[in-house]
Amino acid sequence: MSNRVFAGLLLLSSSALAQGPPVDRAELRALQAAVAASQSAGDNAWMLVSSALVLMMTGPGLALFYCGLVRKKNVLGTMMQSFAMMALITMLWAVCGYSLVFGTGNAFIGDLRYLFLRGVGAEPNALYAPTIPHQTFMIYQLMFAIITPALIAGAFAERVRFRAMMLFSTLWAFFVYFPAAHMVWGNGGFLNAFLGGKYPVFDFAGGTVVHITSGFSALVTALYIGKRAGYPHEKIVPHNLVLSFIGACLLWVGWFGFNAGSALAASSVATSAFVATHFAAAAGAVSWMAAERIRNGKASALGAISGAVAGLATVTQGAGFVQPFSAVLIGLIAGAVCFFMVSVAKEKLRYDDSLDAFGVHGVGGLVGCLLTGVFATRAVNSALKLANGQPAALGWIDGNPVQVLHQLIGAGIGIGLAVAGTLAALRITELVTPLRMNEREEASGMDLSLHGEEGYNFEA
Amino acid sequence: MVKIEAVIQPSKLENAREALKAVGIDGLTVSEVRGHGRQKGHKEVYRGREYQVDLLHKLKLEMVVPSARKDEVVRALADAVRTGAIGDGKIFVCEVAEAIRIRDDSRGESAL
Repeated sequence: MSNRVFAGLLLLSSSALAQGPPVDRAELRALQAAVAASQSAGDNAWMLVSSALVLMMTGPGLALFYCGLVRKKNVLGTMMQSFAMMALITMLWAVCGYSLVFGTGNAFIGDLRYLFLRGVGAEPNALYAPTIPHQTFMIYQLMFAIITPALIAGAFAERVRFRAMMLFSTLWAFFVYFPAAHMVWGNGGFLNAFLGGKYPVFDFAGGTVVHITSGFSALVTALYIGKRAGYPHEKIVPHNLVLSFIGACLLWVGWFGFNAGSALAASSVATSAFVATHFAAAAGAVSWMAAERIRNGKASALGAISGAVAGLATVTQGAGFVQPFSAVLIGLIAGAVCFFMVSVAKEKLRYDDSLDAFGVHGVGGLVGCLLTGVFATRAVNSALKLANGQPAALGWIDGNPVQVLHQLIGAGIGIGLAVAGTLAALRITELVTPLRMNEREEASGMDLSLHGEEGYNFEA
Repeated sequence: MVKIEAVIQPSKLENAREALKAVGIDGLTVSEVRGHGRQKGHKEVYRGREYQVDLLHKLKLEMVVPSARKDEVVRALADAVRTGAIGDGKIFVCEVAEAIRIRDDSRGESAL
């Protein structure tokens, strides 16, 4: 492809020098097509890699992170909660999920124009990502829909039946994820800053769509379903932090696909999102370790990885809009605030958000949503234009303080939708099948009770 | 002195420890064991093939107490771990000839 471009450029310059006859129009068109094709090739390569990276965040990233934090009788059941989402949500996405998010529809939900992925092919969708095949955009967005309900499972770990979890997650996708994603990212969505939203919310990679919705839904499920047997007076400790460690590191790497991929192109905005992501993760780890050292006297391994995940969740909304040093600040704040929520507030409020899905993703997502309103700047992202074609001021530091209010409205709508949708999904699930394992099943563990197998067979 | 050996459900460890603490027993050894009594195991299925698993996860608690306290400790322990269902476990009591604290070589009940 580049050979053709080079030949075309040679042709252009030589004809200009010779002052000869004007360039053949057909040649010029061929040249333009060659340039577009090579950009598309570069963007598509990055987006396919990003799609794979985001899938890797759920399996094995999140699956390992979560399964190490539970007791060993629940290791497979916990991994299955993540893995099952890779299978289940993909089915929903293929049938109508993609269409309900990215079909134009109304301000709150998409339509059925892409039912069964009809018309989603090689031709780019100019509204969303004009340089990559529509199918690449579709598969990339699917990976976000997969990880979001998988995150919620951390709040009800070790006590919910598999069947109930599958039904709940299906309903939750329809009640919460599809409308939330449409509102923020869909054409004409209520909160879409770039495609005609009423309240422009900047959500680069899903701080609101993924982390606020999953985090607050997680809190609702933890309160609704109740505590694990024996919590908090019995010692319920992680059975293998080595697994959690590997999982957290995979999450960190996968998050480059999540955030930098959200540029939907191999562009300088992608680079900026990549840098912000990394800096916030590092700052989150530093700040959580410091907070732990001050409060408990020791910086722990679980604390360090939790801090990194908190930094990542918090910067998700602003990556692609903020400068590297703003990302450091976002990460530092994330680590300290999430540490406080998980170690101090949770103890006081006495709910059993078992693996801290709310404390890290809900709280981090909310903090990140507001901080994006503060730190977003046109110096990083000039996609939003004024009527005169100049890049619009984005956040408070650009001189647009009202953006913080818009971010707050976006977060409020995300939280409201998450709470209402989750309650509805739980109620309906409960009418069909019991949510909780009975006492005996819970005592012998998810692996045996729900799946009929064990994670660790020492006789084997 | 007697040694009390209890094989219990793993999920009942905290209950057992609380009950022992309440009757003033501080020393305790716990091991993860596998076994079965009258309760037979369960089925596990790996890729469609069924396996009968007879050796179940249990915890074994061992403690040595003065003979006079035997009945009291056994009762507290049994009450704490009983669910009434099959598989609650067993308690065995046997005589102990001698106890020695390694640190200072004290003997008998004062070593407990």
